[in-house]
Amino acid sequence: MFRVAEQPLDGKVPSGDITQVWDKHKDNLKPISPNNKRKYEVIVVGTGLAGASAAASLAELGYSVKAFCFQDSPRRAHSIAAQGGINAAKNYPNDGDSVWRLFADTVKGGDWRAREGNVYRLAQMSANIIDQCVAQGVPFAREYGGLLSNRTFGGSLVSRTFYARGQTGQQLLLGAYSALMRQVGGGKVKMFPRREMLELIVVDGVARGIVCRDLTTGKIESYTAQAVVLATGGYGNVFYLSTNAKGCNVTAAWRCHRRGALFGNPCYTQIHPTCIPVSGDYQSKLTLMSESLRNDGRVWVPKNQSDTRSPDQIPDDERDYYLERRYPSYGNMVARDVASRAAKERCDAGFGVGSSKLAVYLDFKHAIERDGEAVIRAKYGNLFHMYEKITAENPYKVPMRIYPAVHYTMGGLWVDYNLQSSVPGLFVLGEANFSDHGANRLGASALMQGLADGYFVIPYTIADHFGKNASKLGKIGDDHPAVKEAVTAATQRINTLLNTHGTKSVDSFHRELGAIMWDKCGMARNDAGLRQAAGEIRQLRDRFWKEVRVLGSGELLNQNLEHAGRLADFLEFAELMVIDALHRAESCGGHFREEHATEDGEAKRDDNNFCYAAGWEFAGVGNEPVLHKEPLEFKNVPLQTRSYK
Amino acid sequence: MAGRGMNLTLKIWRQAGPKAKGEFQTYKLGGVSPDMSFLEMLDVLNEQLIQHGEESVAFDHDCREGICGMCSLMINGQAHGPDKATTTCQLHMRRFRDGDTIVIEPWRATAFPVVRDLVVDRSAFDRIIGQGGFVSINTGNAQDANCLPVPKHNQEKAMEAAACIGCGACVAACKNASAMLFVSAKVSQLALLPQGEPEAARRVVKMVAQMDKEGFGGCTNTYECEAACPAEVPASNIARLNREYMKAVLLSDEMP
Repeated sequence: MFRVAEQPLDGKVPSGDITQVWDKHKDNLKPISPNNKRKYEVIVVGTGLAGASAAASLAELGYSVKAFCFQDSPRRAHSIAAQGGINAAKNYPNDGDSVWRLFADTVKGGDWRAREGNVYRLAQMSANIIDQCVAQGVPFAREYGGLLSNRTFGGSLVSRTFYARGQTGQQLLLGAYSALMRQVGGGKVKMFPRREMLELIVVDGVARGIVCRDLTTGKIESYTAQAVVLATGGYGNVFYLSTNAKGCNVTAAWRCHRRGALFGNPCYTQIHPTCIPVSGDYQSKLTLMSESLRNDGRVWVPKNQSDTRSPDQIPDDERDYYLERRYPSYGNMVARDVASRAAKERCDAGFGVGSSKLAVYLDFKHAIERDGEAVIRAKYGNLFHMYEKITAENPYKVPMRIYPAVHYTMGGLWVDYNLQSSVPGLFVLGEANFSDHGANRLGASALMQGLADGYFVIPYTIADHFGKNASKLGKIGDDHPAVKEAVTAATQRINTLLNTHGTKSVDSFHRELGAIMWDKCGMARNDAGLRQAAGEIRQLRDRFWKEVRVLGSGELLNQNLEHAGRLADFLEFAELMVIDALHRAESCGGHFREEHATEDGEAKRDDNNFCYAAGWEFAGVGNEPVLHKEPLEFKNVPLQTRSYK
Repeated sequence: MAGRGMNLTLKIWRQAGPKAKGEFQTYKLGGVSPDMSFLEMLDVLNEQLIQHGEESVAFDHDCREGICGMCSLMINGQAHGPDKATTTCQLHMRRFRDGDTIVIEPWRATAFPVVRDLVVDRSAFDRIIGQGGFVSINTGNAQDANCLPVPKHNQEKAMEAAACIGCGACVAACKNASAMLFVSAKVSQLALLPQGEPEAARRVVKMVAQMDKEGFGGCTNTYECEAACPAEVPASNIARLNREYMKAVLLSDEMP
């Protein structure tokens, strides 16, 4: 099914005391003189937290930046939907937090499958991010004394999460967007909205530009530069139903993969424990209820399987608060993957609630009795409002019904310590890379990573590329053979989709793919199911290219055509994801293999055989991909069995 | 709850492109579940259209959880439909009844030209933000966040304004297609915080100038904007915008 490369992959984390590594590394990176910076052009694809902060920061430094997004405005990127908060080791509450503790929590949260050097740097930068955002005018929640307020998130025993109502992602993104628009207004960034990246242009082995489609006119355009920064988010929509925005896709990342960028750990996906359950087969997406709700909500199911009473009629001693029972020290605040599997376990055992029996209760009764409705409303008002909109039930009166849903993807393009992919000149930031969360991401860490990458890492590391590869970065024109070849490839794919003239809609194929992935590569996976899934995906892909119906032309806004192109890439990517899940014969974090569990159903890692990051090399559609292993070393947070008990 | 299907008549604005002539098309749609969101109902319609060889209705949408501001639609003449504090993606079909006729149009405003069908171009908003909707600090070396205490009351008012999702419903709902609520939200957020103070005068003058240049109308205090706003940004921000503008014009060197 795959081949293994002989040479190990090198993440290029400098050696030495981990607390000093980044500072020393910065000193060793080659700076570019201010006068020369404007000669260097950088393309940034994606304008979420990572992309917008990178584009703004690089333009502030003097680089010439072009930024691209597929939405109508850079402010729409899906970072905006993050609700709960952003972690930072500020220790403002004086509860014993530190950079080291945040680092150790994140390594543990990721089930010892992340790269220590990157995680430490992330923890170090967390405090600067809060400073930066406050200086921009991000209205974080405050106490009466005027200072910043904190709350607790899963997988942690300290209060280190900063928040802005239940709209933290929105406020952070609008902060980064405002920094970006300041540069656009000042002419330092040229912004290209409603553009979809369809190809990476590689010249002499170095990333030199992109091909994209103007979604309103259909025009295929090429742009060249001295570096390409990809910040295009995750691939959760391979499952069709997820908490991702409808437009989220793997296309930009997959196109880079096809041009030589290794794909890291594609099987690591995060299933978020608290989402609103599916209500019907027309369902187009799933809505998340912030993890912060677990601070005050208690998760339970009835002790009696056949209990049909309404939840408020079930007395406390007939409720099974299963997270508190199984994990007394973390209780409802266990890490996400653990909470999700525990909900699945109860539902599979027949204790689920609601008409589908695929839900558990998240109950605020005790919190409302303790703190009063006004306090709960102030903390979670917008989430309760959203829940009531979708379900027509009032969560102040009846418990929420929740079930896990696909939320985030820890896997992504493989990058080294400089966030450079295996294609020189191609940098990958935020959710689009694989670097910091290992096999499971802790809550309130995605915002932290996106902004750390964009504000504080790429501005330093990109200069090193310009310095080292200067001889290969001369100007290239639209008539360069590599540019023409990439434009032709993108154009041909579009024409093929438009000329297939099949009978089945793009959406119907996407739903079929989603069902395969959720059933066989979702919350629980096993050898036989994954092998079956690989075959089914290949068949579905063949059928797609014969039977898909894409109407209209390529010369106008054509949302069906956009969706078809994205799905075509998901159909190739899904197979790699299944192969990665199959090859990793252990359970770790969000990757749960049923054959590899402890007696009480917890994930069982195999550190002897799988303590590495998997970097997959593309070998052609349907051909065996090549596995490159990056050995992971845990010198600072020694390998342990993760426990939230 | 699924299975209890509604039958609807949809009158939808179809327009092939920015320069094409548009018109209403009528579609019958059956089996609509009350638990569907409005956009899921349109998804079902689009699947049917594709089956019949007709191009689907283009509409903007992305997060489908009411926060990205990408979805729009005038539904029976109301921006984002009949529910208060609700985007179209969070509007559910239980709000409608079997047999209803629903009229669906794009935002109508000179400054928001139609791209196709129900999709409009709202880039004017980005250009307004680009003129001053920010605090001019470069990345790195900001002072410790708690060096700058902000009274809780001001922070909450700033948050109330910052909640704007930039959807454009305020413009669509206003008989003058005024963008005052949108502009006032950003001006207010930054006027209420110490971080925004040094640039306050310059910000408001430049943003208002860009707003006028884009072709948005003036404010005549009817507050349709506030009623339509899915993020419940209060119209009192418009009063603050006017105060900030007067202050800038009278007391600073910024020229309108």
